[in-house]
Amino acid sequence: MLKVENINVYYDNIHVIKNLSFDVNDGEIVTLIGANGAGKSTTLKTISGILRPKTGNIVFENEEIQSLAPHKIVSKGLVQVPEGRRMFQNLTVEENLEMGAYTLPKGEIPDMIEDIFARFPRLKERRKQVAGTLSGGEQQMLAMGRGLMSRPKLLMLDEPSMGLAPLLVDQVFDIISEMHAAGVTILLVEQNASMALQVADRGYVLETGKIALYGSGKELSESEQVKKAYLGG
Amino acid sequence: MSTFSLIIKQIINGLQLGSIFALVAVGYSMVYGIIRLLNFAHCDIIMVGAYIAWFFMANFANMPLIAVAASILGCTLLGVTIEKVAYKPLRSSPRISLLITAIGISYLLENTAQLMLGAAAKKVPGFFTVETIRIGQVTVSTASLVTIAVLAISMVLLTLLVQKTKLGRAMRAVSEDAETAQLMGTNINGTISFTFAVGSALAGIGSVLYCCAYPQVSPTMGSMLGLKAFVAAVLGGIGSIPGAMIGGFMIGLTEVFVSAIGLSTWKDAVVFLILIIILLVKPSGILGKTVSEKV
Ligand SMILES: Nc1ncnc2c1ncn2[C@@H]1O[C@H](COP(=O)(O)OP(=O)(O)OP(=O)(O)O)[C@@H](O)[C@H]1O
Ligand SMILES: [Mg+2]
Repeated sequence: MLKVENINVYYDNIHVIKNLSFDVNDGEIVTLIGANGAGKSTTLKTISGILRPKTGNIVFENEEIQSLAPHKIVSKGLVQVPEGRRMFQNLTVEENLEMGAYTLPKGEIPDMIEDIFARFPRLKERRKQVAGTLSGGEQQMLAMGRGLMSRPKLLMLDEPSMGLAPLLVDQVFDIISEMHAAGVTILLVEQNASMALQVADRGYVLETGKIALYGSGKELSESEQVKKAYLGG
Repeated sequence: MSTFSLIIKQIINGLQLGSIFALVAVGYSMVYGIIRLLNFAHCDIIMVGAYIAWFFMANFANMPLIAVAASILGCTLLGVTIEKVAYKPLRSSPRISLLITAIGISYLLENTAQLMLGAAAKKVPGFFTVETIRIGQVTVSTASLVTIAVLAISMVLLTLLVQKTKLGRAMRAVSEDAETAQLMGTNINGTISFTFAVGSALAGIGSVLYCCAYPQVSPTMGSMLGLKAFVAAVLGGIGSIPGAMIGGFMIGLTEVFVSAIGLSTWKDAVVFLILIIILLVKPSGILGKTVSEKV
């Protein structure tokens, strides 16, 4: 479904992503794990068209997308929930959700918003409130809800569990499993490697812009190297 | 005339001038909000709008609405073109390059106007056949009332646009966080163009209203108007649309009252004194949010 082929990405002349290749098949949950600064967010931003690879191709559903504008990529169903939630603080909860559905026909939006509210009742109570006044956990729910509003085929989540209390982390992973069960393919970037590898079909370990290891979720969680570096033992 | 009607008259004059400042200030604020640029060319867009109005009024004086439409259209096209040609290629350059480019465009427009039309001011024929209206004791100019009414209507429409439409929502989202707005599927270039179009259209309206108040045009006419509108935008809180309106009115009223008490030679100085005071006391302005400065 998504194929990243030998991409190289630079910030000015800092070479951050080096000949990176990986793929995500239809219906999978694939995780990309790695330490701070490994290049995970850079990879997702490149897939979304915010950054451009200097060389290499990105293919989504048999079409090269590496030179498409970000909004064109979104309208193909390849959507990202960025790191750090990134709510529009001055827009209301409802407006944030509407922004998520930016590429969809207007008529479908009210029903979809109600669906999201059914899933996250706390957001419903706060629908007219500006997002800046939500708690961190509520903002993460809103971020996930906003990602779902675009009816993604492939949803890329950049560290959705970052900074959340354990209970909320579980909830986030439950939602990921539910979305997956509903037919959304998922590319999950995480530092919480143990949780990510539990839900993932396959995983890649990124180290300084290169794939250091890959395998099924199970293989990686049992690998000595991964245990040592990412699972705290 | 009684003191009372004199004061009413001055207030109306102040609101008229303030309306013009407000229309121009809103353009500064919207553009600043979306690309964090102090668009120095904005005041020269007004100058071009005023020349367009002058041209149509001089040739088709009996059809003032044509002049209005042409000014608005001309300013809109000019604003959008400047953004596309001069600012868009610099989207990822340091902000200072953008600022310098804006100053360059401003000089380019002024000098082109001077070359084509000469430095001397030209007189704009009157827009109204009935020049004054008497309400009770007070005689006010038609231009004042029309200006205030046009501002009110423009601001209501602008507020609806920004608060209630999809494009307006996109504008607010892009000004808050352009990258995330793109990840939601907004076309950032389209949104920025649209913002320039709206801001410049308002400048077009402002330029016609300015010609109603001071019926002459010259290549440098935009600079003082633009500076004062800029002060209004800063006073109200740059980036805030209602702020720009409040700022516009405050500057307009201040200027008129400073003149009314016999200090008209000081009126420009007072406006800049206000700027200095805001920058010292509350740089974010009346309605502005305290944001980390990126200029
Ligand atoms: N805008 C930027 N300009 C220059 N260098 C950058 C920029 N953004 C990221 N980098 C550098 O690129 C490298 C990869 O950053 P990236 O944000 O992709 O890492 P990450 O794997 O997402 O890390 P984290 O887990 O902390 O989010 C880092 O060394 C970082 O310092
Ligand atoms: Mg990251």
